[in-house]
Amino acid sequence: MSVQSETITPQAPAADPLVADEALRPAFFDWLCRMGDNTVVLGHRISEWCGHGPVLEEDIALANTALDLIGHTQMWLGLAGEVEGRGRSADDLAFLRDAYRFRNAKLVELPNGDMAVTLMREFLFDAWHFEMLTALTRSASARVAEIAAKALKEVSYHLERSSDLVVRLGDGSAESHARMQEALDRLWSYAGELFTADATDDAMAAAGIAPSLADLLAQWQRTVDEVLEEATLRKPEGRFDVHQGGKQGRHTEHLGYILAEMQFLQRAYPGASW
Amino acid sequence: MYAQMVKSEGMKARDEMSPEELAFQERIDRGEKIEPKEWMPEGYRKTLVRQIGQHAHSEIVGQLPEGNWITRAPTLERKAILLAKVQDEAGHGLYLYSAAETLGVSRDDLVEKLHSGAMKYSSIFNYPTLNWADMGAVGWLVDGAAIMNQVPLQRTSYGPYSRAMIRICKEESFHQRQGYSIMMKMAQGTPEQKEMAQDALNRFWGPALMMFGPSDKDSVHSAQSMAWKIKINTNDELRQKFVDETVPQAEYLGLTIPDPTLKWDDERGHYDFAQPDWDEFFEVLKGNGPCNEERLGARRRAWDEGAWFREGLVAYAEKSAARRAAAGVAAE
Repeated sequence: MSVQSETITPQAPAADPLVADEALRPAFFDWLCRMGDNTVVLGHRISEWCGHGPVLEEDIALANTALDLIGHTQMWLGLAGEVEGRGRSADDLAFLRDAYRFRNAKLVELPNGDMAVTLMREFLFDAWHFEMLTALTRSASARVAEIAAKALKEVSYHLERSSDLVVRLGDGSAESHARMQEALDRLWSYAGELFTADATDDAMAAAGIAPSLADLLAQWQRTVDEVLEEATLRKPEGRFDVHQGGKQGRHTEHLGYILAEMQFLQRAYPGASW
Repeated sequence: MYAQMVKSEGMKARDEMSPEELAFQERIDRGEKIEPKEWMPEGYRKTLVRQIGQHAHSEIVGQLPEGNWITRAPTLERKAILLAKVQDEAGHGLYLYSAAETLGVSRDDLVEKLHSGAMKYSSIFNYPTLNWADMGAVGWLVDGAAIMNQVPLQRTSYGPYSRAMIRICKEESFHQRQGYSIMMKMAQGTPEQKEMAQDALNRFWGPALMMFGPSDKDSVHSAQSMAWKIKINTNDELRQKFVDETVPQAEYLGLTIPDPTLKWDDERGHYDFAQPDWDEFFEVLKGNGPCNEERLGARRRAWDEGAWFREGLVAYAEKSAARRAAAGVAAE
């Protein structure tokens, strides 16, 4: 095959023995669900804004962000299904698991509130997501590295946009400042779950598939400190890791309603093709 | 499409035209494009603002009936496609508001007129989307009807409008195809899915025919707009073309057009079909459609609740400008 035709043919996924590693399977599957569940649930929340944004440019940006996150979900949950090896597709995992099987952090399932809450949540998440994906581009799993590289391009932009808006609204009018501060105060205690490692995270770090979460924290804090300072916002004094459990399937009451809505058609018409 | 009953300023005979107006009309007749800084009759400018504004508003309000199903889309791929489509619609709104701005109106002013009811959006978006097949029907029929009007408008006389239409048409034809693909899946799916597909067609057929506006004999503003090439075909021509193209597509899907009088007329070379319920159409325009309150209410609420957001950005821009100015003074 010529070089030229190779570049235009969609590439087969990279060879990756870790995908079939039986010893790693439960932790690897669990961890991939965490990645995909974070993106599908946050994508769902952001998509609720469609047509209801404060200005046309925001309608476009919000839809675009949700679209990116749904695209990431297809990749993460697709790989999760392969690793699990029971023939489940990304759609099966997204639409046919109940809330206690979802592995997203609680932060992403919280209701949208106003644009201040939506944007502050995006910012806290994006800053984590960016560090996570950057580290994952060096994953021992070639498949994970491949997905991370694709997603990172979009998430770099998400972080740039949410940082910029946090700064502009934080340092904007008295009202926008107050709303951004209130949003930060409300969300702060949920952010730490993204950095709290359990046995799954430890197993992934030991296998070189994912970074140690503690290693991501310093850079996340630097980004958050810098942006909050420029935004003239005060970092809350309380603990940032009060609300835990989403990653282990113990969620807020909100997730059940998200899934009731998201999964309605698949649940009401089992086996139909759409 | 999305422009219905756009009021046009009084038609003048050639011998009543001023030399400027005559020269302008001759440029249009030669197929020249009119550009923003060039002289134009006030009536031409006003009619275009109404038409482009109505079209832009339709794109914006049009996000809502489809947005209604994004969180319930049945697969990740369908969700992604629907998000992309709604995002395109917001983008079309943006091009069109920009085209209108070249005529000396601001986007905020147009939006304010939408919210006050002084400007309209297409009647079609006042109908509810009740089952998933509606996402197919909206793409297939609503975007299909829109394309009938927008394709000829690529040749409209006003340059910025024509260029916006060229971009929009590329995306709309993709939207129509994805709508048809949903209808195919539904029509070939389980008995319940087929039932949903037929139900969607039953509900959207009449409102889709109304999108072209009233019959030519009742369409008082067409002649001047056509002379100015702001409107290229008559309402009835486009409606007939739409029916002629759509009937075989419905047959292919195995769905029944909800019109017992529908039949092919060999002599005319067209389908004969029943007119939609025009009384209903005028009620919808008056604000009495099934979703007028929800649609306009949602847009007003989004605007009002977003006021702090827009004001915050303005405040930041002003502070930054002041800081830059102060830094500039300090540097001198």
